[in-house]
Amino acid sequence: MDVIIDNLPLYWEGFLRTLFLSAVSGVIALLLGTVLAAARVSPVAALRGFSMTYVEILRNTPLTIAFFFAAIVLPRLGVKFEQFEVAAIIALSAYTAAFIAEAVRSGVNSVPVGQAEAARSIGMKFSQVLNLIILPQALRTVIPPLINILIALVKNSSVAGAFFVLELFGYGRQLANSNGDQVLAVLLGVAFFYLLITVPLGILASTVERKVAIVR
Amino acid sequence: MSSVLYDVPGPKARRVSLIGSVVGSLLILGLLAWIISTLAQQGIFEGRRWAIFTRADVWSLLGNGIGATLSAAAVAAVIAFPLGLLLCLLRISDLPAIRIPTRIVLEFLRGMPVVLMMFFVLLVFGTNQFIAVVAGLVLYNAAVFAEIIRAGIQSLPKGQREAGLTIGLTSFQSRMMIELPQAVRRMMPSLVAQLVVLLKDTSLGYIVAYGELLRAVQVMADFLGTQFLFPIFFVAAAIYIAINICVSRIAVWIERRGSKKAAGGVAKAEPAAVETAAK
Repeated sequence: MDVIIDNLPLYWEGFLRTLFLSAVSGVIALLLGTVLAAARVSPVAALRGFSMTYVEILRNTPLTIAFFFAAIVLPRLGVKFEQFEVAAIIALSAYTAAFIAEAVRSGVNSVPVGQAEAARSIGMKFSQVLNLIILPQALRTVIPPLINILIALVKNSSVAGAFFVLELFGYGRQLANSNGDQVLAVLLGVAFFYLLITVPLGILASTVERKVAIVR
Repeated sequence: MSSVLYDVPGPKARRVSLIGSVVGSLLILGLLAWIISTLAQQGIFEGRRWAIFTRADVWSLLGNGIGATLSAAAVAAVIAFPLGLLLCLLRISDLPAIRIPTRIVLEFLRGMPVVLMMFFVLLVFGTNQFIAVVAGLVLYNAAVFAEIIRAGIQSLPKGQREAGLTIGLTSFQSRMMIELPQAVRRMMPSLVAQLVVLLKDTSLGYIVAYGELLRAVQVMADFLGTQFLFPIFFVAAAIYIAINICVSRIAVWIERRGSKKAAGGVAKAEPAAVETAAK
């Protein structure tokens, strides 16, 4: 136990960096994912095709491959980063955006056809139908799955620890190496800090699910 | 669905859409051309760099990597599924003394990064890398399988269990003979989708130095020289993605096949879609 208390500042720093990575990648992925979902339902065939290809490839790419690409292959190709956090954020947000796009799209599909028909029959344009009628309803059904994706994002950010970013898992590895006799305590400490993020988010997801559920 | 969002396009809208498509395609092609020309300036497309794929030892190393990836995934899946069934039965037990601790364990396992569990097993139990990778995958995926099957059992009509109990089956018999078979069938698409996640997560073995596909890439790049990093990485990533897309397609196929069947077949797996949405 002493090893956790002695190294509390390191844990705290790792915890904050994990939060930072997750928050920045989460915001980028939400924006990119929504744009991809909108492209997927748009009338322009090229956008639909691009969005579909992106989602299909990224969803089937292991996260470690995405990280390997961003952190090790990209610098070899001449894309240099000041900090490895940038590579981690690129990998995490590109990967998560694909899942968010799928979730938003299935949310759009869950809105009954009659809603869109009614909106169009009173003379709304495509953008109005999407912005005023479909998306507000779709977002409600989408919020619980989105929170689950964000939980996965927090857990996924641990991969960054293996690619030169010192976040929670990265510090955990370092501490485990320097305190070989107290590995159990060190790693349980890391686990505790992850649960500190994921468990409240999970409770939030199920609360929101009950609150915003639309009975159809 | 998407066609309901807008009118059947008239001549003007078709023209706008066509222009949009052309401009969009040009932008995407331009981006691709820029990437390719940047890569070409780095000398990525020199034949010498790709000539290594004519060597048998490169392919045998890649093959070893694929074998290590697939064997870890297969062993983990075979252990995780029965364990998931067991955890599910404990999780829905009538006895709070069994149900509540199981729930806490499941929440704990699902809230944990898989790589942390692999690392934990590796260091605390001092196992070899293969066992650490498999153990991490088993712990996490058994918990997810348990939640998926639980969602399947809860989606069954109440009458199924009531009928089972009425004809004199015990609670356990009703679970095993009436509810589980239906729940597993219903949740087949989600279960197969989770298999894709499991397969993808074997790449985390790279982090604990298990000799899977990505580790093989790293080893070859270190050994042959970094100028070969990109070609080897490209081929390995393509193999990984191709395998995953195949398994994903199987999931979609099972879902389609199921939805054609009448009631009692595979139903839409809404609740579990949440569980497997990410990762």
